[in-house]
Parts: sequence; C-alpha cells; structure tokens
Amino acid sequence: MPDSVTPAGRDRPGPAHRFGSSGEVRAALRRVRYLADEHIASAVYLADRLGKPVLVEGPAGTGKTQLAKSVAELAGARLIRLQCYEGLDESKALYEWNYRKQLLRVQAQRILDEEPGPAAAGWSELESDIFGEEFLLARPLLQAIRAAEPVVLLVDEVDRTDIGTEALLLELLSDYQVSIPELGTITATQIPLVFLTSNGTRELSEALKRRCLYLHMGYPDRAREHEIISARIPGISSQLADQVVAVVHLLRSLDLKKQPSISETIDWAQSLRLLGSGRVSTDQAASTLYVLLKHQSDIDKAASQLSATASR
Amino acid sequence: VIAMLELITAFADDLRKAGLPVSLTESLDAVQALRHTPLADQQAVRCALGATLVKDQAHRAAFDLLFDIYFASRAVAEAGTEVGPASAPFGQVSPRSSRLGTLRDLSCEDLCEVLVKALLKDDCPAIDAIAVEAVTRYSTIQPARPMTDRYYVYRTLRGLDFDALPARLATVARPPTAAGPDPVDQRLAAAEHARRLGYLRGRVEAGVLRRLVAAQGPAAIASTLRKPLPGDVEFLRASPADLEAMQAALEPMTRRLTVRLMRRDRRRGALDSSATMRHSLSYGGVLAEPVFRERRPIKPEIIVLADISGSVAAFVRFTFLLARAISARFSRVRSFVFVDTIEEVTGLLAPDRSIQEMLDRIDRGARTVTVDGHSDYGNVLETFWTRCGREVNHRTTVLIVGDARNNHHLSQAWVVREMSRRARHLFWLNPEPRAHWDTGDSVMAEYAPHCDAVAECRNLRQLEHFVKDQLL
Repeated sequence: MPDSVTPAGRDRPGPAHRFGSSGEVRAALRRVRYLADEHIASAVYLADRLGKPVLVEGPAGTGKTQLAKSVAELAGARLIRLQCYEGLDESKALYEWNYRKQLLRVQAQRILDEEPGPAAAGWSELESDIFGEEFLLARPLLQAIRAAEPVVLLVDEVDRTDIGTEALLLELLSDYQVSIPELGTITATQIPLVFLTSNGTRELSEALKRRCLYLHMGYPDRAREHEIISARIPGISSQLADQVVAVVHLLRSLDLKKQPSISETIDWAQSLRLLGSGRVSTDQAASTLYVLLKHQSDIDKAASQLSATASR
Repeated sequence: VIAMLELITAFADDLRKAGLPVSLTESLDAVQALRHTPLADQQAVRCALGATLVKDQAHRAAFDLLFDIYFASRAVAEAGTEVGPASAPFGQVSPRSSRLGTLRDLSCEDLCEVLVKALLKDDCPAIDAIAVEAVTRYSTIQPARPMTDRYYVYRTLRGLDFDALPARLATVARPPTAAGPDPVDQRLAAAEHARRLGYLRGRVEAGVLRRLVAAQGPAAIASTLRKPLPGDVEFLRASPADLEAMQAALEPMTRRLTVRLMRRDRRRGALDSSATMRHSLSYGGVLAEPVFRERRPIKPEIIVLADISGSVAAFVRFTFLLARAISARFSRVRSFVFVDTIEEVTGLLAPDRSIQEMLDRIDRGARTVTVDGHSDYGNVLETFWTRCGREVNHRTTVLIVGDARNNHHLSQAWVVREMSRRARHLFWLNPEPRAHWDTGDSVMAEYAPHCDAVAECRNLRQLEHFVKDQLL
C-alpha cells in the first residue's frame, strides 16, 4: 500500500510547481507543437498551482484530448487515460479484486490444509491475504493515484458516463484519494495533473464542476489557426494557409450541420498543398470540400456560398 | 489584499445576480488563483477569474460584460489619469496618447478616412485609438441622463458613418485587375471586412462602457446592464442579438435531448416464455433464469400546429428546431403553420435542410394569411378539423403552439375538445407569461380545460423542461 504522508488537497506545500507562469506554459506547449492561447495556458498553469483538475469542454476536434497528451509530453509525465462510456463502473474505472486469483489462492489453501504437518494458516490470515495488494487490479484512476512518478490523468468524454459514475470521480478530484473498504484510504503521493474532457452532450453535475477549473475550447481565431496549420504542415506557403483559414472561418460562420474542425482544416490544407495549388480557387475549393465537410447538404451549401458573388 | 478580496466578493455577488451559480468554493478558488496571477495583466486576470468562476460557456458573455465593468475601469483608476482619451487600457499608453493627439485635430471626414485606412490594414492599435477618439467626440455622455449604453454606441457609430463602411471598404479594397475578381476572394474579403467592423464595434462598445462606469460606478452600471442568460431570455422580448445567443444555446440543448433519446429503455418487457425454455436447457432443463422481451418503444405521431403571426414568430422558430431535434422519437412529424389560415409545411421541414433555410421556406412558401393577417384560432382549428381531423387518432400527439390571442373571433373550442378526445395527448405551449393569459383578446381559458397540459414556455429553459417531461 502506498504511504500517505503528505495531506493531499489544494495549496499543499512541498513539491515544486511545474511551471513558473502561464507564459512559461505557453512557451513549453509550443515546444511540443501545441499552440495554446492564453486561456488554455492560464488554465493549465492554475491547475498546477492550485492542484485542481481542469474540465475542458468544447466541440469535437478542437484539441481537448491533445492538450492532455501534450502537457504529459512536456512535463515528462506518464499519461493515464480513462475513456468513459455509458455503463462504465467502479470495476473498470477504479479497481477490481482479481477474483480468479483469489479463488485459486483459496483452493490452494484447501490442498495445503489436507496435507499432514503443522496446521496451516487460519481463515483470518487467509482473508487478509486475499484482500491484499497482490490481488488488487488497479484501474486507471487508482493507477494515477498510486503512481510514484509524475502522471497526467486524462478522463476522456466524461459526459458519456451516467451520473452515478460521475460521483465516483468526486472523491478523487477533490482530495486525490480513493477509499477501498478492505484496504482503507489510498492517498496520492503526488498530485497528478487531471484533465476531464466533455463534448457537452449532458449537463455535468454542479458538484463535479465546482471541483474543477473550467476551460472552454472553441475554434481558434484566425492568427492561431494560421500558426497551427503552418506548424503542422511544414512547407506550406503562407498565402495558402491564409486562404485556407479564411475559407474555414467563413464556413464556420454558416449554419452547418457539422462545422469543420481543426483536424479537418489541417487535412484540407494538406490536400490542397499536395494538389500543388498555391492558392484556393473556386473550382479547387468546390472539388475538395469533401475533406472539410462530411454532410452532402453542408457541402452543397458551402459550394454555393463560395461561388456567390460578394456584392453586398 | 483586502481590497482585492472585497472586489472579488462584490464581483461574485454581481455574477450571482446575473444568474450564474457561483458558490463560495468558487470565489475562494478565484482568490487563490489571483494569488498566482500578475494583477497588472488584465488579460491574465480575466483568464484566471474565468477559469474559476464560469463553468458554462453560455454564461461567458455575462461574465465578460461584468468583468469589463469591474476591471477595465479599475485599470483606468489605477493609472491615475482622468478618464479620457489618454486612459488607454493596459500597457500601450504612450504610443497611443501621441497618436490620439494627432487624431483629435482631424475633421470628421478625415477621421473616417483614417479609419478606412486602418481597417484595410487591419491595424488594431490604430482602430483602438480611433474608437477612443470617436467615443470622445460623438457619444457626448451625460451621466445625469438615464440612457443605456446602446444609445451612446449608436450615436458614436453614426458619427463614424458605420453603415456606409462596408461599401466603402469593398470599393477601396478591390484590386484593379483586368480579369474580374475571383468570387471566392470577393466572398472572403467581405467576410473579413465584416469581422474587422465587428472588432471596431466591440472597441466602441468597450469605450462607452468604460465612460459609463467611470461616471456612475460599477455597481450601478452592472445593475442597469444586467441581461438574462440565454436560457432565460423571453422569446417575446428577444432582440436579434439575443436570438443569436439563444440559437447558440439551443445547439447543446438539442444535443442533450438527442442523447437522451438514444438511451435505451432499460426497463424490461414481458416474459418471453419460449426464450426462457430455450435458456433453461443450459441448466439441464431447470427454469433458472427468466428471459424478458425487450421493450419496443412506442412511436407516436406528432402534429405541430404553430401560430406564426408576428407576435410569436420568434418562439415558433425554436419550437420547430426542437421538434426536428427529437423527431427520431416519433414515427412521423407533421407540421402546420397558421395566422388566419392554416397550411401544412411538413414537406418544407426536410431534415437535411438547415434551420434558417427551412424558416425562409416557410416564410416564402406558406400561405397563412388570406384575410387580414390577424390570428384567428377559431377559423384555423375548424379548417384543420375538416381537412385533417380524421387523421388524428390514439397514436397522435398534438402540439399547439401559440398565445391564444384570437382577435375577438370565435374560439371554436369544441374542436380542441374533440381533438383531445381522439388524440393520445394534446399539449398547448403558450409563450406568454401565465399572468397575461386571458387578458385582452387572449382566450386561453376556453381551450385550456380540453388540453392534457398547457405549458408556459417563455424561455428556452421552460421549453426544454416541457420537452423532457412531456414528450420524451
């Protein structure tokens, strides 16, 4: 069982903070090719300083999961990921007793008992044995708590769980500890950085939100998106990147079923570059829109918007 | 430190008044966060407070407004200067004030000229400076007069000839090429100009706000400018800007409802005797485990009758949006719109169309007015009954959407009674506050007794509740 010496909780004295300022976070993220705006950098910085988890909300494809990965990379920490889904329960998220192994142990005991010789161990000894560390299967949340090395815990798509499962997270998120009836309370030796992501398909409980810092990740502004494209596609001309960003921003202002995400924008820019075009013309845009948009009605609408003359 | 604490407390208080659920824990967190934040950097303070106090993107606009009120003006006070053109926001005071000196001497036409140039170059510092100068010059704020910020913003923008700017930008920006300009480029240029003009408007609004706060103090301004959150805006009073915010709030709402729809019904159905027998074979014929059928969801048909006369038009828009979002729950959705005549628009509401498009189609395509354009529920109900009454049956849910303001025509409430007798459910959604029902020409009381439920749906939140409780 890991020792729990330091009281967990926010504002705990002790381990050196990972970052000195939010500007430093931003620069560090940039080094791992994640271009953060100041909201993102500030949230990561405060999460580290206050020892609180960050709840990241926003549309799909805006880099929520990638943020956790990048932070893990720059902090040199192990990323522990818990993918949420409907029906996720304690045994998959927190811990589980290794039932088969326990059974084997009990059966082995019986065989030992039948053998002649000094009386084998009594039941109570056996019980404390089979509910020991050795028979515990640690699932992601417990792994994150028990880890001795620095870890980043990513609870992905937390809005997919049921409200009951969400409550599981509460103890972990506020005190960084996990209670196991047979073993007692396990407290984190170091506070992991925790990211929860949500696509907003369900209103999360107030209790959960209260424990977290909140970060909304929308689509980036033009300058940042331009930078992202340039960083992700080395060798793209600045003019093409400019036009790609302008078109994508125009499309996002339309009323589409599914707005183009950052990753789709990158794919589109990449394909335009491979087609060898230095700029976006109407024809080329229209013939490659399927990279960017995934509904026929959206594609039709975008094409008609792009070809419409701008006499306003 | 104490001053900061008091400021945060007052700020959190005003956030609560604006409807944000800010708990004590959260304001404590905010103070903690500020301890790690350079207080001179306004943007950093905004990020820190935003991350700790706002836990819902729909509340963000309310937060930003209050933040501007509380902290933007404070920066001015701390700079120790009189509130005026020189009181630029953080950091850029010196280059700005010299620039302003030259701006002040320009005539109105020249100022516009400079503005167009700055907009073309997307020169943000210059636009900022011009906005400050314009606010000084045109808004003529009189603290004693109880005017809203919108009035001053309007005056300032009129001074800059804001409405003519898009055309001017378009003519100046167009490069003199021999071959006609590429349509994509044109479209992009127009969108880009619109964005820059939006930025200018934002700067002007911020400038006016700063002046007002300096004149009257943050608390007073916070109370006059308090706006309801998007979920709480009343449909009947929503401004175009409100509608836009509501549209944004509607999207997560429909997503929530759709996810709810997709959840499988976990309750089990009737005992499946043959499956139980089959299953028992694996226990050597012992009936150890009963097997149940899965419940088949009942898929009712829904008929929406919506009043689209001017008074409730905004509300109807949201009703249709929701009806479409949850249409998977129903075997068929039939939509009718009416003013004094009813018309079926089911065909116009095809699911692959966008919302705006479908509303435009209704506006263009539906013949709902034949007499005088005043709602006539009696006539409409009677027409519906003779035309489609037979199609209402025990699997139909009827949803009537309207304020029941009948303009003193006959109410023909018997139709509602008959309909309710035949239909599975009959609901009435009224966008007016309950207190206004049955005042003036509203005849809600004549219809109400025949409905399964009459719901007051003044805002998005009430609408969502209705859908969740009654339809799903």
